[in-house]
Amino acid sequence: MYVAVKGGERAIEAAHELLAQARRGDPQVPELTLQQVSGQLSLAVDRVMAEGSLYDRELAALAIKQARGDLIEAVFLLRAFRTTLPRLAVTRPIETGRMAPRRRISATFKDLPGGQMLGPTFDYTHRLLDFALAAGASAAPEPAGVPAEPGPMPRAPAAVDPAADVNGDARGPARALAFLDAEDLIERPPMTGSDDPPDITRDPLAFPAPRAARLQNLARGDEGFLLALGYSTQRGYGRTHPFAGEIRMGEVEVEIVPEELGFAIVIGEVTVTECDMVNQFAGSATEPARFTRGYGLAFGEGERKAMAMALVDRALRADQLGEDTGAPAQDQEFVLYHSDNVEASGFVQHLKLPHYVDFQSELNLIRRIRAGTPRAVAAEPEPAAAGEED
Amino acid sequence: MIAGYNFAYLDEQTKRMIRRAILKATAIPGYQVPFASREMPLPYGWGTGGIQVTASIIGRGDTLKVIDQGADDTTNAVSIRRFFARTAGVRTTERTREASIIQTRHRIPETPLREGQIIVFQVPIPEPLRWLEPRERETRRMHAHADYGAMYVKLYEDIARYGRIATGYDYPVVVNGRYLMRPSPIPKFDNPKLDRLPALALFGAGREKRIYAVPPHTPVKSLDFEDHPFRVESWRERCALCGSGSSFLDEIVVDDSGRRMFVCSDTDYCSGRRAKRSGAEAA
Repeated sequence: MYVAVKGGERAIEAAHELLAQARRGDPQVPELTLQQVSGQLSLAVDRVMAEGSLYDRELAALAIKQARGDLIEAVFLLRAFRTTLPRLAVTRPIETGRMAPRRRISATFKDLPGGQMLGPTFDYTHRLLDFALAAGASAAPEPAGVPAEPGPMPRAPAAVDPAADVNGDARGPARALAFLDAEDLIERPPMTGSDDPPDITRDPLAFPAPRAARLQNLARGDEGFLLALGYSTQRGYGRTHPFAGEIRMGEVEVEIVPEELGFAIVIGEVTVTECDMVNQFAGSATEPARFTRGYGLAFGEGERKAMAMALVDRALRADQLGEDTGAPAQDQEFVLYHSDNVEASGFVQHLKLPHYVDFQSELNLIRRIRAGTPRAVAAEPEPAAAGEED
Repeated sequence: MIAGYNFAYLDEQTKRMIRRAILKATAIPGYQVPFASREMPLPYGWGTGGIQVTASIIGRGDTLKVIDQGADDTTNAVSIRRFFARTAGVRTTERTREASIIQTRHRIPETPLREGQIIVFQVPIPEPLRWLEPRERETRRMHAHADYGAMYVKLYEDIARYGRIATGYDYPVVVNGRYLMRPSPIPKFDNPKLDRLPALALFGAGREKRIYAVPPHTPVKSLDFEDHPFRVESWRERCALCGSGSSFLDEIVVDDSGRRMFVCSDTDYCSGRRAKRSGAEAA
């Protein structure tokens, strides 16, 4: 029985074999392909890419398959791979203003140039289980009551002149909040610091953390954690009076400027979801009142994540805006230290590792405390116990 | 060794960054040096800090021992030892004396460490003041000012409430008369071994992104009061396997009626004593 409490190499190997069997499931059923996962469980893939901080649909699909659909485990797999990759270049900031959106809505304006576009959304679906899907038949497409999607937007040329880079470029609809900005009714997007953003995967967080580091942290943070925090601000723990100024989802080009060329080239395209939140105004005797902003961005179709992130981003600016603080979502250290689900999952689950030495110390201690008599103390030998004297 | 990965998994740039942190930590005993902890293929909280430290200092000539709870054959120790056998192809051992690097979770071996050896601790929470002050900005200030009154108040409150200091493991120490330090969750039984230890002690906290160190022969004092001196645990029992009366014992429940058996937590120490004894009997 002494051996039973210890584990061994063979036990570990056997456990991994069982895991492989459990992952495969019923061998009579065809094995999932990565194309099926990335094509038909695309939102799971998006979430794993966002929280794994690696835009690669195929690897994310592989991670989901290998993790038996456990998305946090899949994020972990992707992260552990990402950490081994060299950093070849820093891209230019993506221009979401030039996005050809597949979805674009504003809750602050009834209509606006570029229009409201629902795109592929769960919103307004009736959450009725579709038994036709269970039978393998595709659901009947809902009648299209929304403006038809515009045709494919013209692609930006392969080389972009940086001087021609203006916000609200003609290729995409103007930003909803630009109309408020034109009247000086909203703050300019708060600066994130420098052009050379920190890399929170290469430098440890220091506090107070600059906004660029905070946004990076939130962008890879756990969706559930941000959702609950964002929700808490709505319920009064750090209220920010938010309005969804604009949410857009679609493809944006990723550009780098190779040193030897000196101009930007497009290296690919990523799908992102962006949320511009309009929040309660701030002003003073010297500054006219203006609405403030919160910002969220997620890889793929991640609207819930982007919205929650925008709420938390704004809450984290309370200090800087001179608002009352003290709510969990306003506390930098609380939010940024606990947002990462790979860290949290590891540390919560490390409790299942053996702790019997520490527990033995506690047992010893509690027995002593309970005995509470000088006799029990006198029974202790001298502390020079470590050694091999016998 | 697995193809496609660098020796000991980490790339050389990362190792250099970690070695710099280790050098700084060794130069300022007990001070927590922030470092750019990498995401490892093992979970946070399972030894990623210790693994990164070991990966940064290990060379082809090293012999590695990995223990968890003092034992070489616990699952996590097996897993980490195997990780280095696969990624670095180094010699591994279960013998404390043979190891040049010992990575440990929750124990210091009973066999005294010698000069030239390095012991690498896995650290879950590096900050000794964390339960008293959750904010990093504040605890860093407290360390800067050596403002450790809050910790003494906590220990005093223990004595007022329980009649003794109610900390059995991860018992706070002051290193070189300056920095308050967590020795990692070793039982306080092991604290005296850290004092003027001839080996270099490195502490890695991966999730919390901190490295700290106790250089060889550095004074390490467990906090106490004159009228409540520091004491270590002891047992009335002896090890049921090797008969040791001076090692840290694990208590094992052996049947449904709750009968107990006590055995050494340090498996190498225990089996070494048994081998010596059976050798003596044979002779």
